[in-house]
Amino acid sequence: MHLNTNLKHIKSKEEHKELIAKNEKAVVCCGRMGPMCVPVYGIMEALREKHPDIAFTDMLFDIRDAEVIRDLPECRQFRGLPFTIYYRNGKVLKATSSIQSAKDMKAIIQEVFA
Amino acid sequence: MKKFDLIIVGAGPAGLTAAIYSARANISTLVIDQSTSGGQVATTHSVANYPGFVEPITGYELALNMKKQAERFGTKFELAAEITDYCFKDEIKWIELDEEERFSSNYVLIATGASPRLLNLPGEVKNKGNGISYCATCDGEFYKDKDIFVIGGGNSAIEESLLLLKFVKTLTIIHQFDKLQAEKITADKVLNNPKVKVLWSHEARGFINKGESIVVEIENLKTNEKISMERDGVFIFVGMVPNSKFLLSRPVEIKQNKYGYLVTNERMETNVKGVYAAGDVREKLFRQIVTAISDGAVAALEIVKKTS
Repeated sequence: MHLNTNLKHIKSKEEHKELIAKNEKAVVCCGRMGPMCVPVYGIMEALREKHPDIAFTDMLFDIRDAEVIRDLPECRQFRGLPFTIYYRNGKVLKATSSIQSAKDMKAIIQEVFA
Repeated sequence: MKKFDLIIVGAGPAGLTAAIYSARANISTLVIDQSTSGGQVATTHSVANYPGFVEPITGYELALNMKKQAERFGTKFELAAEITDYCFKDEIKWIELDEEERFSSNYVLIATGASPRLLNLPGEVKNKGNGISYCATCDGEFYKDKDIFVIGGGNSAIEESLLLLKFVKTLTIIHQFDKLQAEKITADKVLNNPKVKVLWSHEARGFINKGESIVVEIENLKTNEKISMERDGVFIFVGMVPNSKFLLSRPVEIKQNKYGYLVTNERMETNVKGVYAAGDVREKLFRQIVTAISDGAVAALEIVKKTS
């Protein structure tokens, strides 16, 4: 399986490390191409145009290196895809599980990146 | 305020088809969606009955192609945008997005589709993704060798249960009636599985998160007895609802049936002049991709005729 989206795909731990090191504000949506994940990728694509200062990316849940997301303490109790992580200066500020609406995601962006 | 010849609310197959027809006829067209484009089709794993494709196509790809086709003819999009205000009753209608920008048009097509129904019970939204799920394909593997509830007894509940049975240790169905509404052949496969139990004539009343598990408060509809049962997770599949709720935020203008589906004539006109409805949000017999795109084409052709 691969992620058929227009977002930048994070494919390794190294790319993930570089992403959060080089971007003050970054979002990683870690999932598959399922019904709970696809809307989140689409919303991120739309938000990317409105927030050019935020790096919106995705990562396939099933690759081994996605453990950088799966093993986060913030995701320990998550049992719904996708896992969406909001980073600022390399630190996790917020993590959500399962589908989110555009309204929810905008509120989180306002909360953590304002 | 930016003016368009046609504003389409909803970027699923009905809305995108209408946009393809209208934009191709040189009608300036804006498509708005509170989420992303594609609607339910975009989240469908594989579409095997859409004419013109010998091999199944992924729903995501089909939806993406529809959007690209609409864009190619000049359709503008405002996605991930919430309708915060609107007025459809006057000749020139307007819609406000995100409390920021207003767009106007003489014609509005509502193609907002339908969504899985929530139970709207205490603790449901709060625990989404943390014990409560709406998708077996997405989240089934988190419940390997676990004990779960499935709420619902229709086709989607039972088909998803079949998938979940590959992972879970036990599956208890909570169903409000004393028999399943799903197709018998699938229902029998589930009911004959030794991992399955059913709480007939029961309804969930609330969810409490216990960390690694969920306590479900359940009522027996025949005796009104209330019990609490703990499981590792809960999957909810209780049908669909039309995405027409946003139209109720003011005095009702557009006629809806008792389930909230918009009532139109064969031309997709609602009772409000200049306002049309198409796709799954409309009252009709069958809800398929092809019936949605048919609605979208009819509505667009009507609007093109009136604007020319």
